Order: sequence, then structure tokens, then C-alpha cells
Amino acid sequence: MHDGGLHRSARPTLAVKGLSKRFTIGAQTVEALRDVNLTVNKGEFVCLIGASGCGKSTLLRIIAGFETATAGAVEMYGTPIVAPGPDRGMVFQDFALFPWLTVRQNVAFGPKQRGLPQANLDEVAARYTDMVGLTRFADYYPSQLSGGMKQRVAIARVLANDCEVLLMDEPFGALDALTREKLQQELLDIWERTKVTVIFVTHSVEEAVVLSDRVVVMTAGPGRIEHDARIALPRPRDVSAIDFNQVRRDITQRLTSHVGLKSITAAA
Amino acid sequence: MLYDFTFGGIYDDAFSKTIHIHFWKSVQRVYGGFFAAAAVGIPLGLLIGRIKLVREFIDPTLQILRPVPVTAWLPLSMIFFGLGPNAAIFLVFLGAFFPIVLNTTFGVRSVDYRLFEAASMLGCNGSSLFRQVVLPAATPSIFNGLRLGHGFAWILIVVGEMTGVPEGLGAVIMDGRTLSRTDLVISGMIVIGVAGFLSDRIIVAINNRLLAWSPQHHA
Repeated sequence: MHDGGLHRSARPTLAVKGLSKRFTIGAQTVEALRDVNLTVNKGEFVCLIGASGCGKSTLLRIIAGFETATAGAVEMYGTPIVAPGPDRGMVFQDFALFPWLTVRQNVAFGPKQRGLPQANLDEVAARYTDMVGLTRFADYYPSQLSGGMKQRVAIARVLANDCEVLLMDEPFGALDALTREKLQQELLDIWERTKVTVIFVTHSVEEAVVLSDRVVVMTAGPGRIEHDARIALPRPRDVSAIDFNQVRRDITQRLTSHVGLKSITAAA
Repeated sequence: MLYDFTFGGIYDDAFSKTIHIHFWKSVQRVYGGFFAAAAVGIPLGLLIGRIKLVREFIDPTLQILRPVPVTAWLPLSMIFFGLGPNAAIFLVFLGAFFPIVLNTTFGVRSVDYRLFEAASMLGCNGSSLFRQVVLPAATPSIFNGLRLGHGFAWILIVVGEMTGVPEGLGAVIMDGRTLSRTDLVISGMIVIGVAGFLSDRIIVAINNRLLAWSPQHHA
């Protein structure tokens, strides 16, 4: 089922080409992204990391199709992205579940839009609810779930819709440390099982190094890609290992050297 | 006294044992006006909330009409509808209409934009977006409007039945006033209070059933 990756590996799943984005707020124009280029291959786990305001979320939202670029394009298998679509599933920091639907119905929401018959919907919902370990809570409403459970539902909801690229916008940012660690592990399990492509926005260096194949460091004012590091550490990764910390230190330096520079410029 | 009004046998006058007639007439008018207000107010509120053009055209008109007290409409409604129950129903309608339309509009306008994004990325657009996202998301506000509007409907039935109808709880209160029968006035007040309370409970029960997903919207 996933051997398609071999054929497609020559051609990136997702290509960001010369992307720029300017916002106009009142009379002011803010340059959120300038000439961003990025390719993501099938099955890759890529983290976008950077200080607040570096445009990483904007980049993700443009890939999702929620916002349009001022210049440049995002292509998926060579086709430009113009609108949100089921091939790219977004997982929001604040979950954005439908509060009036149960866990099961939330998970089945995407397939339902495609007009699958009820029997198939039940089957798909059961499979993905089970994948995130929420079978026991299938008939609960989101308001009855903890933050970690809600985020599991959100992940199951986009996976159930057969998304090819999972876009995650600081998905574990609102969770406590223990839950976050657990969910990181579960996400990696799911990723290894489904071989879905993941683009993950975070501002935690540790999270980025634990999770990804590649860490893309972005800098602000205007947002652009500063560094693209491949993480070769074997999985599962031990956050207290020496080589892990070397990688983490290296990325932290690239991140903070620029932040330091910026604050000096701001002072001057 | 309420007992005589209900069962008769004490005064045995024109008002004895007539509670069911007055009560039933008032209920019909309250619900007639209320359902008409809901039938017009909810769709109009949805349109105002969703379509900018409708909002720009209709909303200012509504906002001009809204501060006008319903009692001020009394003379005009008697000219429009003549003496009789239709004028009463019209006043009830007016009273219930504004809270329903305003709350519906508010509900539609305050749907979290993230839910729209989530829906569109899952392939939900157009009319199914309206049915599957806007409508359920606006339901708490719609019910809030219905509850408020329903309260106004019972308040206005007294004003409405001042328009010269022979039967109805409002008419009984007006008659009681003219005849200096304070007991009748109080009886009418009690019946309206109890009836309003009970029918509010019905709306609350429907509300809680439809909004099982949101305990914070339970009343």
C-alpha cells in the first residue's frame, strides 16, 4: 500500500517555490515570508521551527490553502495549491473539533463529505478511533475529553480522510509536558505505521529533534528559511543522550544567534 | 378568587369556571405569534448572519424598528388588523421577533472561523457547510433567542388582549381592572405566570436535548 513512495521519491510530494507573503494591517505592510523554498518528500517528517513571528504558521496555512501567497506557489505533485483540500489535513493547536459531534462522528466527518455509505463510515471511524486509542470514548463529545484526547481525535479526523500530508500547527503546545511526550510518541508510531508525510510547526527545539527527519529553522523579519538540518539520530531517540544534545545545541544556536542579532538591531 | 375562576361555585358570575376558555385563547395567541416570529426570525437571522448584502440592507431597518416599544404599535395594529385576536397575535409576534432574529444573527456571526477551516479542509463546502457547521454552531444562540422571545410573547399577550377581545387572560385582567375585581386581576397574573413558566420548561427541555453536546448551554 505504501510502496508508492518508491516511485514518487524522485518527485517531491510538496514543493514550496519562491513563496512570499505580505499582510496589510491598516496602513502598514508586514512582510511575513520572503522567497521561501522548501521541498518535502513523501513520508518525510519535517519540523518548522523558529521564534514567534517568523512566519512558520503562515507558511503552514498557505500550504493548507487557508491563505494565499503574495508571490510564488506551493505545489503538490506538481499541481499548485489554491484551496484547502482533503489531501492536506491540518491539526490545530486549539483542536477545532466540532463540539456537537461525538468522537466517532468527528472522525467520520471527512469521509461523510465524500458520501460514503453509513456502514463504511462506521468502519472507518472505528479503525481510526482505535488507532489513537479512543475506542472507549467513541461516543463522548469533545467537551467531555481532556486536551490530549481532543488532539488525538483531531489527528484521527484527518487521517480518516486519507490525507497525504499532515500539517500540524503547534499541536501539542496547549498540553502539559507529560501528555505532550506521550502524544509525540504516539504520533511517531502512527507516522511509522501510515507513512504519512508530516509538516510540524513548533517552537520547542527538543520536540523538533525528537520527532523529525529534518528540522527547518526559520528566522523572522521577514520570515525565511535559515537552515535545513537532517536529523540522522536513530529512533527511538533518547532526549538525555549526548549526541541528541549535540544536535539540539546546534539547532538552538542557529535559532538564537539570529534572535540575538535581531534584538540588537531593535535596540539600535 | 382563583378557585372560583377555575371551578366555579362561589360567585357563579360571568368569570366563574371560565379559566380554560381564557387560558386556551391566550395560549393560541401566544404560540401563534411566537411560532410566526420564529418562522420569520430564524431564517431572516440566518440570512443576515451569512450574507453581507442582506445584512447591509435589512439590519439598519431592523435597528430602527427595534427601539419602538411594542405598545406604541397598538394603535397601528388595530388599524391594520381591526379589533380582535389578529392584532394581539401581531403584537406578540413583534415582541418575540426581535430577540429571535438578533440572537440568530449573533449565533451565525460568532461561529469560530477555525471550524470553517476545519470543515473546508475535510471537504465540506457550500450548502452542506451551512447545514453541518453553521446551523449546529448557531443552535445555542438560536435557542437563547427563542427563550427570550417566548418570554416576551407571554408579557405581550396582556397588551395584545387589551385590543378589545372578549376572551383571554389579558382580557380578564383588563375586565378585572374595569370592574375593580382585584381578585380576578391577581388570578390572571398567577395563571400567566404559571403558564409562562411551564412553557418555558418545554423550550428548555428541547434545548437540553438538542444541546446534549454542550452542558454549558443547559438551563
